[in-house]
Amino acid sequence: MLGITSFGAYIPRLRLVRAVGAQANAWFNSAVLAQSSGERAMANWDEDALTMAVEAARDALSGRARDDIGAVFFGSTTHPFADRQNAGLLAGALDLPEAIVASDLAGSQKAGTGTLLAALNHAAAGHRGESLAVAGEHRRARAGSVQELLYGDAAAAFSIGRDQVIAEFLGSHSTSVDFVDHYRRADSDFEYHWEERWIRDEGYMKLVPASIAAALAKLEIDGASVDHFILPENTAKLAAAVAKRCGIAESSARDGLLGNVGLTGAAHPLLLLAHALEDARPGQTLIVVGFGQGCDVLAFRTTEALDRLARRHAVSGSLARRKEERNYQKFMAFNEVLVMEKGLRAESNPQTALTTQYRHRRMLLGLVGGRCTQCGTPQLPPADVCVNPACQHTGPMSPYRFADEPARIKTWSADNLTFTPDPPAHYGMVEFERGGRFMADITDYDVGAVSVGQAVRMVFRVRGRDPVRGITRYFWKAAPVYGAKEA
Amino acid sequence: MASGIKDKVVILGMGCTRFGERWDAGAEELMVEAFDEALGDAGIGRKEIGAAWLGSCMDEVNIGKSALPASIALRLDNIPVTRVENYCATGTEAFRGAVYAVAAGACDIALAIGVEKLKDTGYGGLPGLDIGTMPPLWWPNLSAPGVFAQVASAYMKKFNVSRDELKRALAEISAKSHVNGAKNPKAHLQKAVSCDAILAAPMIAEPLGLFDCCGVSDGAACAIVTTPEIAQSLGKKADELVAIKALQLSLSNGAEGGYNAWDGAYIPTTRKASSRAYAEAGIRDPRKELSMIEVHDCFSITELVTMEDLGISAEGGAIRDIMDGFYNADGKIPCQIDGGLKCFGHPIGASGIRMVYEMYLQLSGRAGARQLPAPVYGLTHNLGGFPHQNVVGISVVGRYR
Repeated sequence: MLGITSFGAYIPRLRLVRAVGAQANAWFNSAVLAQSSGERAMANWDEDALTMAVEAARDALSGRARDDIGAVFFGSTTHPFADRQNAGLLAGALDLPEAIVASDLAGSQKAGTGTLLAALNHAAAGHRGESLAVAGEHRRARAGSVQELLYGDAAAAFSIGRDQVIAEFLGSHSTSVDFVDHYRRADSDFEYHWEERWIRDEGYMKLVPASIAAALAKLEIDGASVDHFILPENTAKLAAAVAKRCGIAESSARDGLLGNVGLTGAAHPLLLLAHALEDARPGQTLIVVGFGQGCDVLAFRTTEALDRLARRHAVSGSLARRKEERNYQKFMAFNEVLVMEKGLRAESNPQTALTTQYRHRRMLLGLVGGRCTQCGTPQLPPADVCVNPACQHTGPMSPYRFADEPARIKTWSADNLTFTPDPPAHYGMVEFERGGRFMADITDYDVGAVSVGQAVRMVFRVRGRDPVRGITRYFWKAAPVYGAKEA
Repeated sequence: MASGIKDKVVILGMGCTRFGERWDAGAEELMVEAFDEALGDAGIGRKEIGAAWLGSCMDEVNIGKSALPASIALRLDNIPVTRVENYCATGTEAFRGAVYAVAAGACDIALAIGVEKLKDTGYGGLPGLDIGTMPPLWWPNLSAPGVFAQVASAYMKKFNVSRDELKRALAEISAKSHVNGAKNPKAHLQKAVSCDAILAAPMIAEPLGLFDCCGVSDGAACAIVTTPEIAQSLGKKADELVAIKALQLSLSNGAEGGYNAWDGAYIPTTRKASSRAYAEAGIRDPRKELSMIEVHDCFSITELVTMEDLGISAEGGAIRDIMDGFYNADGKIPCQIDGGLKCFGHPIGASGIRMVYEMYLQLSGRAGARQLPAPVYGLTHNLGGFPHQNVVGISVVGRYR
């Protein structure tokens, strides 16, 4: 049996209250008032499509062997790099083996469903190991646009394999039609959009149903038997209308998460699929549609193994890990829509030595340190001489993954002097419970609610951006686990 | 077995510029200003100097690399000049080079000069450090107040001290230095400030406010050192000579920042360097024997833990001593009698030598309005880097024999 073996999702903690954005811009464009309700997921300044994809993939892989993964596919229209493999960065952050197929899918809202197809095809071709399908999206939109409030940031991930399949792959049908509801040229920052009514009438209500009908016919699935119908919609109830047109029960249309997350681009069908799998029972049929210049329609049927998969953080966990953001200016600044005066201190931005970065890639991408072969002390950075004063053994260390190790804040401060896009900069000594410590950035904190002894989880984030040389640097930071008991 | 530095080297002359925002002067002019004073004090000409050490830290805004800027600005006589840099302990490092050269017999008279021109950055606070290619890839964007504030968080936790209690003690530390600085015509900040004003100041790095941070200043300081015999041959009286009693340095080896043992509430290197210095100087009980101390009060919290790390206040007892006035000008061991880094200012490369300069003036009875009665031993404590990985330089000076 071929299909999904695990899943995960990640929605950033910040949620912009849409009303504040709508009220700020209504003077200019009253159409944004239609987007006044609910909230949208908002990436922190140090999050992007890659960092969110890493979190989603960690969720999918949690509690599972990762040495067996043979392929990773990363879909997005907002990959941080145009020419540096984003899927390779993702694999590095997950500390996956270097003998791996890594591939980026981009260029359309179908990039997310494309990763599922790629991963399924990879597995179907008989390659060893599981494959990963991951999609993450962090789209920017101009101030005062409808999209700015409609969109959200998120990622979702699936592992695909043949053992312990929780959702069997029934098959798929894809179409490619140059139906341009919006586009963005390779060198453009922002999208260009056509009229919504045309997109609804000619796109959602014609092109999409035709593709779904073809898929159902090809796979011999009765529309009425579909339990979970997954179609990212740009307005409420649109997915239900499409379902009805396809002979699928309107009630099977999944919540599009528009009210509390927003439309997360290429990641959205995968995000909704992950959400559906959280709710699904064994033996249910799911249809997933990716729509962007044509459609990918995929069909799955859940198995008994679904109940045996440990509960994921996924969409429900992400929705619960939430912090309201009412500062629309901050949203604009984080998205670099607003040009902030960063001050002279921000000018200090050393060149990224690619040689240095390469030598230390496993530490920088995967937070892999060393463990002394003599005394067993975990340490970061890994060194040739053990840091334990009572040991100081000289020799190569064994690799030690810190990323998932429980840790606590040992010392900290909130620094108003140093440059950060979100002052005050929080950093401190982070101590791992099973050994090892280092001075780390703290992220996703609540000002006034950071303390010594606080539990933290390490997360892969943007360490800094170098506009002069056009590079984004990544490293791991400590995110407080709010609600956890202090040491 | 090493015999130590005690009484092998004496100070022949010293000089120190006015510290502050010296918009009028670059590093070269500052060096000449300090050097001229030292030459006059020593009563020698520049050609009598056999070797020199230059301490400067911030390549980025100061004089760049090598010792050439000092050799050129001071028109030294083609002698060996070495530039040293060890973060904020740079000044002590330059002093150490000169003292050891004389003790080794490598030259008769040696010069140590430290200088920093910090106010060419366009903003307040220290300029960003060039830290190599790897640290920028994984270190936080550390600022000096941000890293030293870490000590405060650990101290509060370790000794169960409330934020208010700690803040009050830190304010007393800064207020005391302001009182002292007001009596020092060369100090950057010469105005007394109330504890209330200190507590009301803007936050820089939690819990350190503006007045918990030392001045960022331009300045230079220098020392000319020689043997007691040569000093006497040049007309100095043996019983007026100020001798180096101890000179110690201790550096972190990565354990504090990488191994789960250190609690973050003290500086282990200060403990090591000071205990070695006491042994070298023959001091058994620093709380009883030291007359005055100049410590590295880059931040008030640094001064607080240093009191304990020097073995003067008991562990967890610094707050009590501070509130009791133990370290005030009229206390048992006056600390920062010249205003310290806090008010004299902190031109990095000069600071370690500036501390010795004050001890030298006090021991020579030339400290003016802030002169202490009959000091015997003075200690300087110079700290560079970060609490979790640092360089500590300690010197003890006193009357010769």
